[in-house]
Amino acid sequence: MTPFVQIITRDVRLAFRQGGATMLVVVFFVLTVTLFPLGVGPESAILQRIAPGVIWVAALLAAMLSLDRLFQVDFEDGSLDQLALAPLPLELVAAAKCIAHWLSTGLPLLVISPLLGVLLNLNGEAYGALLMAMAIGTPSLSLVGAIGAALTVGIRRGGVLLSLLVLPLYIPILIFGVGAIDAALVGLGESAHLFVLAAILAAALPLAPWAIAGALRLNLE
Amino acid sequence: MILSLIGNNLTCTRGDTTVFSALDFSVVPGDALIVRGPNGSGKSSLLRLTAGFLTPTEGELRRDGVLVAEEPERHLTRLHYVGHLDALKPAFTATENLTFWSHSFSSKAISADSIAQALDRMGLSALSDLPTHYLSAGQRRRLALARLVAISRPLWLLDEPTASLDDAGSETLVELIAEHRSGGGMVMAAVHGGLAVPDVTTVQLGRQDSGT
Repeated sequence: MTPFVQIITRDVRLAFRQGGATMLVVVFFVLTVTLFPLGVGPESAILQRIAPGVIWVAALLAAMLSLDRLFQVDFEDGSLDQLALAPLPLELVAAAKCIAHWLSTGLPLLVISPLLGVLLNLNGEAYGALLMAMAIGTPSLSLVGAIGAALTVGIRRGGVLLSLLVLPLYIPILIFGVGAIDAALVGLGESAHLFVLAAILAAALPLAPWAIAGALRLNLE
Repeated sequence: MILSLIGNNLTCTRGDTTVFSALDFSVVPGDALIVRGPNGSGKSSLLRLTAGFLTPTEGELRRDGVLVAEEPERHLTRLHYVGHLDALKPAFTATENLTFWSHSFSSKAISADSIAQALDRMGLSALSDLPTHYLSAGQRRRLALARLVAISRPLWLLDEPTASLDDAGSETLVELIAEHRSGGGMVMAAVHGGLAVPDVTTVQLGRQDSGT
């Protein structure tokens, strides 16, 4: 097993074994979405209208929830020092941790989102767009969010600061993620929005690990 | 193999305070450098600076004549750093923790046997399948030190390695250091109490030095 794959498997196993991150994120996602029918009322037309936005906003917040511990755990127990001593460049360590974060949070959110679509009476033709948008959008959430997590790693209770840093950066992903589903609902075709999401991912994939590694090096001091 | 490690006129500043200044040291294969000094005198900072985590505000650190700051990655992959934090995941067993670090540190494959041997050397064989969560502070420290046994690297930076170790653990560490030195390795250790290592060079840090 290469060191890169090893970091991914370690983080995914930790996320599932401690019963921690993954379970928490999924339950938070489901609970938040189920609050909306209770708060807005059961009219199916309204729920249908707001469903794409609600699912995406809940997914953003759920992803945020697990981000603040992404590097902090390794920072606090000394693992970050040791990772810096390993031959694998810190950029690749960062990329591996982002992939692990997506596998343990983004992927479960993606899998469960159609179920929440049913709950909000989302129209049949929108599910393909929902799944595609989540599949392309959630990896960007992990990558962009991880930059914030790396910057706030040395700060106690950095979670709030992390949200302030990262949530504005999530806005484009939110707009085009919701846009794709809305476009599919009115029959305009979702591909334009999906392409923009893919472009965001294509930019984040090489740039985010580089930024994360820089932020982590500062915190080694 | 590292042939020499030389610190020249090193000054370390954290925030606005100067932790130590105009510090010189040199280490060659087989040497053990013991860093002594009261709390807050910069022992840990000196070790982190030698590892390359920290950059000196003045002076230079050279490994084999090359500035460490010029190729930090090459320097980092030639050393072991055992600090106050043990870098262990509580949910993983002792074997899993050590295996993870061994595979991360070495480009060559590390056999399960050599992991078991390293655990055995540190007296942890009986606990190898126990989640690290259940280990005592001293046992966790032994597991952190097992990295030194499992993966061979020329420079050891040990920050109070005997903290929470019992007598037998300290003895094992002294043996490990002796073996490492006889194989041409270098050791730099910050200690408070005794570490019964013979034939050492001592670097004394502290306020009294900066005044003179």
